[in-house]
Amino acid sequence: MTQRTLAVLTAGLSQPSSTRLLADRLSAAVVGRLAETGVETSVEVIDVRELAHDVTNNLLTGFPSPALERAIDSIAASDGLIAVTPIFTTSYSGLFKSFIDVIDPTALTDLPVLIAATGGTERHSLALDYAIRPLFAYLHAVVMPTAVYAASSDWGAGSAPGASGLTERVERAAGELAASVAESGRSSRVLDPFALPAGFNPAG
Amino acid sequence: MQFGIFTVSDITTDPTTHQTPTEHERIMATVAIAKKAEEVGLDVFALGEHHNPPFFSSSPTTTLAYIAAQTDRILLSTSTTLITTNDPVKIAEDFAMLQHLSNGRTDVMMGRGNTGPVYPWFGKDIRDGIPLAIENYALLHRLWREDYVDWQGKYRTPLQGFQSTPRPLDGVPPFVWHGSIRSPEIAEQAAYYGDGFFANNIFWPKEHYMRLIGYYRQRFEHYGHGTADQAIVGLGGQAFMRRNSQDAIDEFRPYFDNAPVYGHGPSLEDFTEQTPLTVGSPQQVIDRYASMREHFGDYQRQLFLMDHAGLPLKTVLEQLDILGEEVVPVLRKEFATNRPEHVPDGPTHASLLAAARAAEAREEVLS
Repeated sequence: MTQRTLAVLTAGLSQPSSTRLLADRLSAAVVGRLAETGVETSVEVIDVRELAHDVTNNLLTGFPSPALERAIDSIAASDGLIAVTPIFTTSYSGLFKSFIDVIDPTALTDLPVLIAATGGTERHSLALDYAIRPLFAYLHAVVMPTAVYAASSDWGAGSAPGASGLTERVERAAGELAASVAESGRSSRVLDPFALPAGFNPAG
Repeated sequence: MQFGIFTVSDITTDPTTHQTPTEHERIMATVAIAKKAEEVGLDVFALGEHHNPPFFSSSPTTTLAYIAAQTDRILLSTSTTLITTNDPVKIAEDFAMLQHLSNGRTDVMMGRGNTGPVYPWFGKDIRDGIPLAIENYALLHRLWREDYVDWQGKYRTPLQGFQSTPRPLDGVPPFVWHGSIRSPEIAEQAAYYGDGFFANNIFWPKEHYMRLIGYYRQRFEHYGHGTADQAIVGLGGQAFMRRNSQDAIDEFRPYFDNAPVYGHGPSLEDFTEQTPLTVGSPQQVIDRYASMREHFGDYQRQLFLMDHAGLPLKTVLEQLDILGEEVVPVLRKEFATNRPEHVPDGPTHASLLAAARAAEAREEVLS
């Protein structure tokens, strides 16, 4: 059976959190799609709340704690990422962005990413496209065309076709990410941390 | 094995008394600290270079020359000299001058500097940091070894028949270390020239520096300067000591919590676990640093940061007494035990001069 790794980054602050709930639904849908095509997926969930102090310390000292380093490494070496943040004050949460800020800016190059967000009302859904999509585009990640937004009201809607659209969006996004994850070779790559830039000459 | 101290020259308010030394007080305190380092038997005093407050040390060779005049034995170095924004011609001149005045007690550590605005203040672009370090050092290396230099590069005006004066003492250039936190290019450069490589080691976990030093050792051998375990390695460190470890922790905590760089971040407990900072009894410091050779291989120079974060001069001098009298003598013994014969000691003017004379003698025999 083919093996792939999927990282799930979830930045909800409350426990239990609807952000985590959405992350779990997306993750289950992606794993299910991959299983249908004979791909076995190991899932690594990173709950940023548990690393909140480590993220702040990294911003101040410039280095990650062992737990934060493991989390960053597992994302960088994954075949795909599901990134879910609550929308605060028109954008991703500060903690979510701080976590992204302590990752080496080249570490997510080519990484397939499914972006998703939660919020109190549907009116903030566009934050996915004006804030979160450009963030990952800057990092040279490959952002899936379908982004998933879940407002509070979506959780009360039925799952019948057409009831709220959340179930369909989750499935469509999962299909897109599963296809990219299946083709990814990132988790089997070996990176040389001391690779010198092409043409580098120590004598000038 | 050389032991010494390095300072960043910060002028920081003492968080326990809210007193801030004046620039003049801090500068004179630094001179007193350097003299104390010699008095307690340390081998090296290294001074940083900065061009913005709260640091005073914009002109390290002036300070080091003044210290040289009042000491006899201690080796004077930098931590670091900005190879990116200084004119390499002026570095060649200043350090050759210091080398003469100190009777050869001079070496220098190159660094790129991590304060963004310093680059534009000196007419440079931070995005050229690595190319500047490479080109400037290539020129400096020639200026100390060739009497007349014709040179053209990208970052400074060309030279035609230029001679840097004074010429290095006894024709032996000051030994050069290259300091870097994460760039393999700088480790590669140090290996290429057979120069020393210094890992600051104090702000980050040692595992990171172990990988970087492993790489430098490998490349040192690749370039034919000796075996990997003969590469010239220096490490930073940081300690605060009292007879009882709890007293050390209690006394140092407010300085740690408010320190520039890492203050208001991780707890003292986390930071001492994750980095080489050791706060406790002299024996704890001995145990921690005696184990460094297991992680990095036998090395040549260990420098400690002892005087930052607003620690008063009196405390720093007490710390140097403990370091020089109780810690370093034991570490010297520990490091000498089972150290292979072929691993060189830290380079000095005398050892470099002897090596140069031996090389000349070999050439005469051959010709």
